[in-house]
Amino acid sequence: MGMRRFAGIDIGSRTIELVVVDGAGQVVQSLKADTGFDPLAEARRLLDGVAYDRIMATGYGRNLFEIAFEAPTVTEIKAHALGARAFFPQALSVLDIGGQDSKVIALFDTGKVKKFEMNDRCAAGTGKFLEIMARTLGYDIAAFGDDTLLAEQETTISSMCTVFAESEVTSLIAKGQSRRSIALGVHASVMRRVAAMIQRVAPEGDIVFTGGVANNGCLRALLSQKLGRGVLCPAQAQFAGALGAALLARETV
Amino acid sequence: MSDAYRSMWAEMGLNLEAHDVLLGVLGNSYKEIYLAQKERPEGMGYFDFVMSEVHGLRIKELLDEKAAGRKIVGAYCVFVPEEIALAANATLVGLCSGADFAVEEVEKLLPRNTCALIKSAFGFKLGKVCPYLESADMIVGENTCDGKKKAYETLGHLVKNLYVMDLPQVKSENGRAVLQAEYFRFKAAVEALTGVTITAESLKTAIQTVNAKRKAIHRLLALRKADPAPISGLDALLANQVFFYDNPARFTASVNKICDELEKRIAEKKGAFPAKTPRILISGCPQAVPNWKLPFIVESSGAVIVGEESCVGERGTRNLTSESGQTVEEMMAAIVERYFQVDCAIFTPNAERLAHIEEMAADYKADGVIHYGLQFCQPYLMESIPVEKALEEKNIPCLRIETDYSMEDAGQLKTRIEAFVEQIKG
Ligand code: SF4
Ligand code: SF4
Repeated sequence: MGMRRFAGIDIGSRTIELVVVDGAGQVVQSLKADTGFDPLAEARRLLDGVAYDRIMATGYGRNLFEIAFEAPTVTEIKAHALGARAFFPQALSVLDIGGQDSKVIALFDTGKVKKFEMNDRCAAGTGKFLEIMARTLGYDIAAFGDDTLLAEQETTISSMCTVFAESEVTSLIAKGQSRRSIALGVHASVMRRVAAMIQRVAPEGDIVFTGGVANNGCLRALLSQKLGRGVLCPAQAQFAGALGAALLARETV
Repeated sequence: MSDAYRSMWAEMGLNLEAHDVLLGVLGNSYKEIYLAQKERPEGMGYFDFVMSEVHGLRIKELLDEKAAGRKIVGAYCVFVPEEIALAANATLVGLCSGADFAVEEVEKLLPRNTCALIKSAFGFKLGKVCPYLESADMIVGENTCDGKKKAYETLGHLVKNLYVMDLPQVKSENGRAVLQAEYFRFKAAVEALTGVTITAESLKTAIQTVNAKRKAIHRLLALRKADPAPISGLDALLANQVFFYDNPARFTASVNKICDELEKRIAEKKGAFPAKTPRILISGCPQAVPNWKLPFIVESSGAVIVGEESCVGERGTRNLTSESGQTVEEMMAAIVERYFQVDCAIFTPNAERLAHIEEMAADYKADGVIHYGLQFCQPYLMESIPVEKALEEKNIPCLRIETDYSMEDAGQLKTRIEAFVEQIKG
């Protein structure tokens, strides 16, 4: 009997992640692509040549996938909770910042979801906000957090709304404020928004930070400082949702 | 659609074109949401008929009643006592406000951050699409939330026959006195409208008629405690909604007939959903016709709704009016007593509502509560936070939803609700 393989696919608004685990739940493959205009076509391309026995879909495109591939689905809440637990088995609090939403999940000791909250109505506090601000400030998004860590002081950004914040940043640049201090202000603005949600929903233990934005060291440091709690970033933070779905596909008979 | 109806609508002053649009949307969503359900009780056929004739036959009946000398009173709130209207030879109808209509026109008169219910009430008037509103001889507004209070000032310029009822905000002796004085003022106003003086006899009959309607709905609600749930939340909500429009005696008979059928179903352990389906209690703002958005999403996400703590639901229909009074004064006191218990969020403090939510969650064996708040509805959104906290302290999962009538956020709501159902299942 060949080795059994289980796949999870996370179809987000910006990116698609695919993770394949073996019968023991170990990751054997992880792939990623931009969602683009046609999520299903991208998903097909990503799956091309990937072998698996069962697949489960999550993310905002899960229902499209469900119909096209006759695959079961799970919400991104449960998928991220499972993924975060696989990375850190003791986790009680999960923060996920994706391209267009952010969510906080509180877990019971058993790993089951206790409570969650999503922000998906507004770009503030999401990856999109950081991306737009990085662009306005002339940063490459990959270097945005690391460079901001070097800032010596913070220029406060008062606008919560992405559109207003963008013009606020532009005018701060025009006033000759240092780029790094504005960048720190931008990070602090996202941090405050997210920290409030964490305190409300998941006030206990270290925070497992998943999603692409978890790689931003400045945001992690600010959050940890503000909350006085550890902020843990798994090596494959962006794959947490897909991993959770793959693990669930493995459990489901 | 018969031509007779078209000329009836035209005579009432409806805008036929806009009205066609409304009926089209209503018919389609009814088909997609209601008729697509599986395992429906046969008795729901009655409600399918009522809904298909909601602007047709029922309006014709009302116009016939008018021709025979009865008056029609339209109301926006469950604080308007149907007993008093009936006793004075008037028919009370709820004025629905469960869909967006003529939004641009509405936003010329109301700020954008007004709740969807109030905007909808205006939209139906401005769009000239509601035959209930147009046939009403008296439209009763009430001083409840700030939004409605101020909106009636503006509505007063759009309709000729607006009557505004004042309501207390505190459950004190003074509050009770206000309600009592207002109900007597309302009684006099309806009597002046119909030219009929309320007698002990007519009031007693009216109380009995409304109580019978309530008892029938209580019976229906109690049957939902069974697992598997014998009726979907969508269908039960529809019965609660039609409560406000239908002829009371016919409604009572039809609901009782459905209950007979549901009792058989329960005995056979048959349900609208399989046994052990996660059970949800909805609590919060009223869901007026044709606002079926939340139950539709919930019941297509693997859960069943077993109760509504809502004015279109148990908050509106629970408690009977005592039938023991002999004089008009005694019966009026009984009416005040009954309505004074309605635990609407416009009251402060309003601890009774929380107690009722907890009681319902236990009675209906709900696995979780979804608090339904309309965007910009200050009273219910404010209460949703302490409600959530109190429920969680009792280990009852709670999800707070804030939404409106548009389908824009349907995808996001579905994700939240599916995740909530997963959470409940553990
Ligand atoms: S929620 Fe309050 S204001 Fe609205 S119908 Fe119910 S009692 Fe009236
Ligand atoms: S839903 Fe809220 S804001 Fe709207 S009318 Fe009712 S109480 Fe007022």
